Amino acid sequence: MKNFRGKALSWDVVDGAIEVTLDRAPCNEIGLTTLPELEKLVAALDTLAKELHALIITSARKEGFCAGADLRELYEFKQKLPPGELRSGLRDFLERIHTVMNALDAAPLTTIAAVHGVVFGGGFELALTCDLIIADKMARFCFPELRLGLIPGFGGIPRLRRDVGNGVVRDLLLTGRSINTTKAQSAGLVSQLAGEGDAMRVARATAAQIRKFDRATAIAAKRFIKPIPYDELRREIEIFCDLFERPAVEAGLQKFVESADALPYLP
Amino acid sequence: MRSLQDTTEEILELAAVHFKVPRARLQPGDDFFKKLGINSLQALDLLTRLEQHFQIELPDYELQGVSDFRTLAERIQSRL
Repeated sequence: MKNFRGKALSWDVVDGAIEVTLDRAPCNEIGLTTLPELEKLVAALDTLAKELHALIITSARKEGFCAGADLRELYEFKQKLPPGELRSGLRDFLERIHTVMNALDAAPLTTIAAVHGVVFGGGFELALTCDLIIADKMARFCFPELRLGLIPGFGGIPRLRRDVGNGVVRDLLLTGRSINTTKAQSAGLVSQLAGEGDAMRVARATAAQIRKFDRATAIAAKRFIKPIPYDELRREIEIFCDLFERPAVEAGLQKFVESADALPYLP
Repeated sequence: MRSLQDTTEEILELAAVHFKVPRARLQPGDDFFKKLGINSLQALDLLTRLEQHFQIELPDYELQGVSDFRTLAERIQSRL
């Protein structure tokens, strides 16, 4: 499937690369609308990878790349399901998300996240599955989950720990603060900075460079240098499920849902 | 070394240019959310521009509860 148009994302093949564009208001929150479409993408990857060399994920939303999980949907989910079914329902959702994220992480293509604006929570976790992050200089990265009484649940911490020093992980996780691209690049998270509005152009130029290389060699190099931390990812699901059942989470989510502001946990 | 007054003036100038508000309409004691008509997402954009302009890092939690330019300038001044 070389082209796809969904409710939350679309993709096209351009110059030998798959360009995936997230486009769901307000800022590409990931929930039960986006997840099945990501699953379609992942299902198509092996076939697409036979002819193509790169995958670029970007966003059409001016607010940013992705603001994270759909917390309004998560709140409704917590409200609707009886306590006995909450954990298993949540686990099913997390298992599906992890399957998608792990497949993107291991994709037999060189993957690039071309990000701008808000790269928060689940959006940051999605970017971390990619081999390279190319950031517009106005992008900001954040794991705000502790502000809601949770930890990141889409595999973010094990992947961040794989990619950068533990001090940076603790800083982001334990303070919940957002960092700019200068900090993110100095920490080793961002491979290239682009001017405002130019991340996709830089990502395409990078994909064109990648295209010159032998695919089998590029895939072997990726598999050698980018191990997937499966054990830690499994533990993350357990910790998330344990934390999710606490009243503090419901209070945090309720505060978020009832606010009219775009990102209520920020100034 | 910038004075607090210099810092405040630079913030007002940057905010006026970026959010297309006449500079003369902005005063240090103004609530920047109301005067610029911005939400938290746009405040984050302002924070990024200020970090770049002053070449500092200012954690967003230091701005929680801050809504006027003068206090914002004080927070930035403490990082210069």
